[in-house]
Amino acid sequence: METMQEIKREIDRDRRAFIKKVLGGTIAGSLLLVIPAGAMDLPEQIPGMKEETGPFIKKKKFVFIVDVTRCIGCGSCCVADKNEYQVPDGFYRTWVERYIIDDLDNVYVDSPNGGLAGYQKPREDIKGKVRDTFFVPKLCNMCEHPSCTQVCPVGATFQTKDGFVLIDYKRCVGCGYCIQACPYSVRYLHPVTRTADKCTWCYHRVRKGLLPACVNVCPVQARKFGDVNDKNSEVYKILHEPHVISVLKPDMGNKPSLHYLGLRREVV
Amino acid sequence: MHGLAETASHAAGYVFPNDLHVHWSLMIVLYPYITGIVAGAFIVSSLYHVFHVKELKPIARFALVFALAFLACATMPLMNHLGHPERAMNMMLTPNPTSAMAGFGYIYSAYAIVLIMEILFIYRETMVRLKAKASGFMRFLYSILTFGSDNISPQALKLDHKIISFLAGIGIPMACVLHGYVGFIFGGVKANPLWATPLMPVIFLLSACVSGIAGIILTYFVIKRGQVDMVCIRTCIKFLWGFFILDFVFEMLEVFSHAYMATHHWHTLHALLWGPLYNSYWVGQVMIFSIIPFFILMALSLIRFSDGVVKFFAPLVSLMILIQVLLMRWNVVIGGQLMSKSERGSVFFRPEWLEKEGILAAIIIMVAPIVILYILGKIFPFWQEDDPVARQEAVG
Repeated sequence: METMQEIKREIDRDRRAFIKKVLGGTIAGSLLLVIPAGAMDLPEQIPGMKEETGPFIKKKKFVFIVDVTRCIGCGSCCVADKNEYQVPDGFYRTWVERYIIDDLDNVYVDSPNGGLAGYQKPREDIKGKVRDTFFVPKLCNMCEHPSCTQVCPVGATFQTKDGFVLIDYKRCVGCGYCIQACPYSVRYLHPVTRTADKCTWCYHRVRKGLLPACVNVCPVQARKFGDVNDKNSEVYKILHEPHVISVLKPDMGNKPSLHYLGLRREVV
Repeated sequence: MHGLAETASHAAGYVFPNDLHVHWSLMIVLYPYITGIVAGAFIVSSLYHVFHVKELKPIARFALVFALAFLACATMPLMNHLGHPERAMNMMLTPNPTSAMAGFGYIYSAYAIVLIMEILFIYRETMVRLKAKASGFMRFLYSILTFGSDNISPQALKLDHKIISFLAGIGIPMACVLHGYVGFIFGGVKANPLWATPLMPVIFLLSACVSGIAGIILTYFVIKRGQVDMVCIRTCIKFLWGFFILDFVFEMLEVFSHAYMATHHWHTLHALLWGPLYNSYWVGQVMIFSIIPFFILMALSLIRFSDGVVKFFAPLVSLMILIQVLLMRWNVVIGGQLMSKSERGSVFFRPEWLEKEGILAAIIIMVAPIVILYILGKIFPFWQEDDPVARQEAVG
């Protein structure tokens, strides 16, 4: 009997100690959540953004460059984008196309599920011998003369002074005119918010000095983003050196700020 | 079922991932269809009131009330289509001046005012007389609609007539603007090779005239159960044929010019017209509902058939023309969205019955103007024999 009581006492002591530890852990954990532990001091990925305190970025002009020769079609950018914005299935802020050209000059293009799962298997329906293959990531072209802002009946889609084309989700009536007008099909009607939606080049990240989510995760630096007014930036160097650089559908006259390095004529 | 964009059933070739959705569905097919009928009906009335085509007198008043019934429903498909209809008024309160769509509210409202004013002045004398006989609610209603004025002296009526001529006069360019503008909403979209043509407003306007005349002939027959004024019907058929010649020729010229110039756009259009649109465009719109009515109308206009033959073919050909215009709206609005902007593929689309913008909703919206027309008929007598003023004139 005595041993039995001793054992019970021992168990009670352990239980008390356990509860104490749990309580202590909970309080310490909550404090960690409440006190920002250095989260505000993220390193600046875009130099000079901390000095930009006004409502508009004044001294910078951002461009996006996609290096077609580097993209490996892994789909990381698409995954990062979908996570960043909780993009509903079947709609795409960005996607990656696979181009295959055979020696009979047939062009085969596909983008199953926007390339979200990466291109893990080769295509098997190619008639001739494969002459060339490459991947082309697509996203908002941030046109200097955007068709979407021209047609929006309420001005819900607008151009900021720093060149971003954004959407005011509280003003958008969801008419879909911008979707019809965009030559690049980067827009869609969001089934939950019932408004137009599209890639923003991660404006919320850029304002904090961070690179767009897709640029951040690209393992081969096929996506480049930066300030073309900064002579030390990679984008400045690319645009001011002899390269094969083009934009999509130049005859539309929209003057995109999205440039493609090594773009082939087959790409639409 | 996404509730907003309807997803295509399947795709051919490479289609941009976001192009699998048809964002402008049946509702946007109905919108130009309804406004077209409004504009066309107004033109019929103006042929009598402005251009003094006396043969059209029996339907001149009816055409205006008919236009109003459809005008009252023109915004219904749009409101059903919008993702946020509660914000629709922002288009008028804070419009974007560069947007073609932002003008709709103004053009629509201005046109509605002219149309309602014209109806009220044309019917003023009739309503004053009806008010004298009416009691209760109808008497109250007629008092409001006549602005409380019982003055039907010759001077007052002369002034009415001047106002009517003025309103009908400015109404014609406004009806043309209303529908030409709807064509421009599509014609101004440079990203879409099927839509982006300066011919688009012209084709929309001509098809509007055609659908309005056809709609009036058909409803005239249905309401009067065949007891129609044959001179009036024969004149309508001639006008219908005239407008349809222009309409059909321009529709064909547009496709022909694309085919002849054969730029890279034509290859996309070719894949569309001989792909997902083959049945609704070539078989439906062109073969069955354009070429057959074209020859029926030609025969009815050029050969003097007996009344019985005209009474059989006039409503039939009108119905066919109404279907032709509906198919044309479908082929433009839906067809334009079936080609991907990838220029490498197209999608196939079939509307669902029970979607928010599905077939059932479309039927309800197309029945609404008929119900409104019935109610308006209780207030504004359509026909001369029901009208105390016109009857008196006939006796006198």
